[in-house]
Amino acid sequence: MAEPLLELRNLRKAYGALTVTDDVSLSVRPGELHAVIGPNGAGKTTLIHQISGMLSSDSGQILFDGENVTHLSMPQRVRRGLARSFQITSILPGFSALENVALAVQARHGSSFRLFGNAAQERALNEPAMQHLNTVGLGGRASIPAGLLSHGEKRQLELAIALATEPKLLLLDEPLAGTGHDESLRVVETLRRLKGRITIVLIEHDMDAVFSLADRVSVLVYGRVIATDTPENVRMNEDVRTAYLGEEETV
Amino acid sequence: MTELTGTQTAPAPSPGMRIDIIPVILFAAFAAAPLLASASGAEGYVLSLLTRVMIFGLAALSLDLILGYGALVSFGHAAFLGIGAYAVGILASHGVEDALIQIPVALAASALFALVTGAISLRTKGVYFIMITLAFAQMLFFLATSLAPYGGDDGMTLPTRSLVAGAGFLENDYAFYAATLLCLTGGYLLSRAIVTSRFGRVLRGTKENAVRMEAIGFQPFRFQLAAYVISGMMAGLAGCLMANQAEFISPAFMTWQRSGELIFMVVLGGLGSLHGAIIGAAAFLLLEEFLPELLHAGSFFLNDDVRWRLTENWQMVFGPILILIVLFARGGIMGILRRGSHG
Repeated sequence: MAEPLLELRNLRKAYGALTVTDDVSLSVRPGELHAVIGPNGAGKTTLIHQISGMLSSDSGQILFDGENVTHLSMPQRVRRGLARSFQITSILPGFSALENVALAVQARHGSSFRLFGNAAQERALNEPAMQHLNTVGLGGRASIPAGLLSHGEKRQLELAIALATEPKLLLLDEPLAGTGHDESLRVVETLRRLKGRITIVLIEHDMDAVFSLADRVSVLVYGRVIATDTPENVRMNEDVRTAYLGEEETV
Repeated sequence: MTELTGTQTAPAPSPGMRIDIIPVILFAAFAAAPLLASASGAEGYVLSLLTRVMIFGLAALSLDLILGYGALVSFGHAAFLGIGAYAVGILASHGVEDALIQIPVALAASALFALVTGAISLRTKGVYFIMITLAFAQMLFFLATSLAPYGGDDGMTLPTRSLVAGAGFLENDYAFYAATLLCLTGGYLLSRAIVTSRFGRVLRGTKENAVRMEAIGFQPFRFQLAAYVISGMMAGLAGCLMANQAEFISPAFMTWQRSGELIFMVVLGGLGSLHGAIIGAAAFLLLEEFLPELLHAGSFFLNDDVRWRLTENWQMVFGPILILIVLFARGGIMGILRRGSHG
């Protein structure tokens, strides 16, 4: 089996007496789409924060691409190819959609200390940015200020921004949150196209989406991973059924 | 399907930059003013007032670069005016009177001060940043008051305006006006280039959403610090000009009130447009200059005693006017101008 691209070893995070993630160990193989599911409050978003570097971990290790990144800052991890999206949309509302993505291209291509030249006119930034917008289906909305896009479009924009950092691994925190039916179909379609090209860790509540996209699924309950397996096996897993799936819906 | 219908190419660069009309008018007015001044009969007064407007315009412009584009509320920007002024004054008192030495020294000193205090201040956010920049400026203020050889509290008169490569033409008010206009234009063009550059885009992005910028791999601190240093150097240059205009330096150049006035000028003119800061400085200084007379003329219907008191205490009117402008003209004077051009 190939070396895992991302490996979490005994990761833990607590706020006072409240343990949010507890001894999480997980390995993500190169190229797979690895979904993390779990009921509300299971610690999924905290886990993404820990992996991305927005939160430091109390203990445990994060290995990415063979390197220990546990103590690196978020920008340092991004430059090593670890990109993320946010559960609550995080974009630059005053910038056009194209500029939002072009800025990520610029981050990737360095030389941001250039004090001269009109950045908005640079083809070297705009063309790759446009490609990423096309990938998520936002090509026609490039010049719209990002703050004026619909909620679903913002979710797609965030995906394009993450892609523009040319990640090896994409951490997606509920990319379907709050999207309408049509919009969510479009995002799922985009993810299906990205699948295989980029390794993806997907946190999502939409079970239809998870089970149709994921190669493997990890189930997080009260901060612990209770199962990691193929979607079929997870669906059959008794622990999972009682701990999670049975509570809300029958899959 | 979405792939096919949604595919677009990057928009082609628009032919020629769109040129904003307001800064063109502004700089044309500054360039034409000396002609009018000589016709007015009070040319010394008009030139000196407008030179002062341009110097403060440069200082406000430098503040707008970090305040309007980086959301960094520096409450100690007058410190750089002081550094520029004292660089000129201290060097002059030791016989180094050439601007070709004074200005590089002033810029280097401003850059160093900005680098050190910025590296510390920028680790804080919000109100803490405001307070720590204020504290650094106050430190410098008290340092200046204790510099007995250079006038201490009272300040110090300069023997002469700076020479340029040994020539003393800045003694001429027209020449000094031209030199100041040159500095302001240079500062404006540089700032304009910076805010549209890659660097400026990172700065603006950080202002909008710092977490997003980190999530695409930027370390905002480095960019904010660089902007702070550039801004400090520009304000330092304004300080050099200020010392030369007054032919005098004093700790009063860097009081916290002065820092507050600079913020006010930027807000009054409209944050984040660069020329707005210059217009704000002009409005502030001209209002300060002419309000007593306007009040005197406008209150003809009152009896002499009340009229005199009103004119004497013109600041009582000045404050509320400024507050009303900020409250009701969102985006400052630039906001009004923009709305005017759309409507």
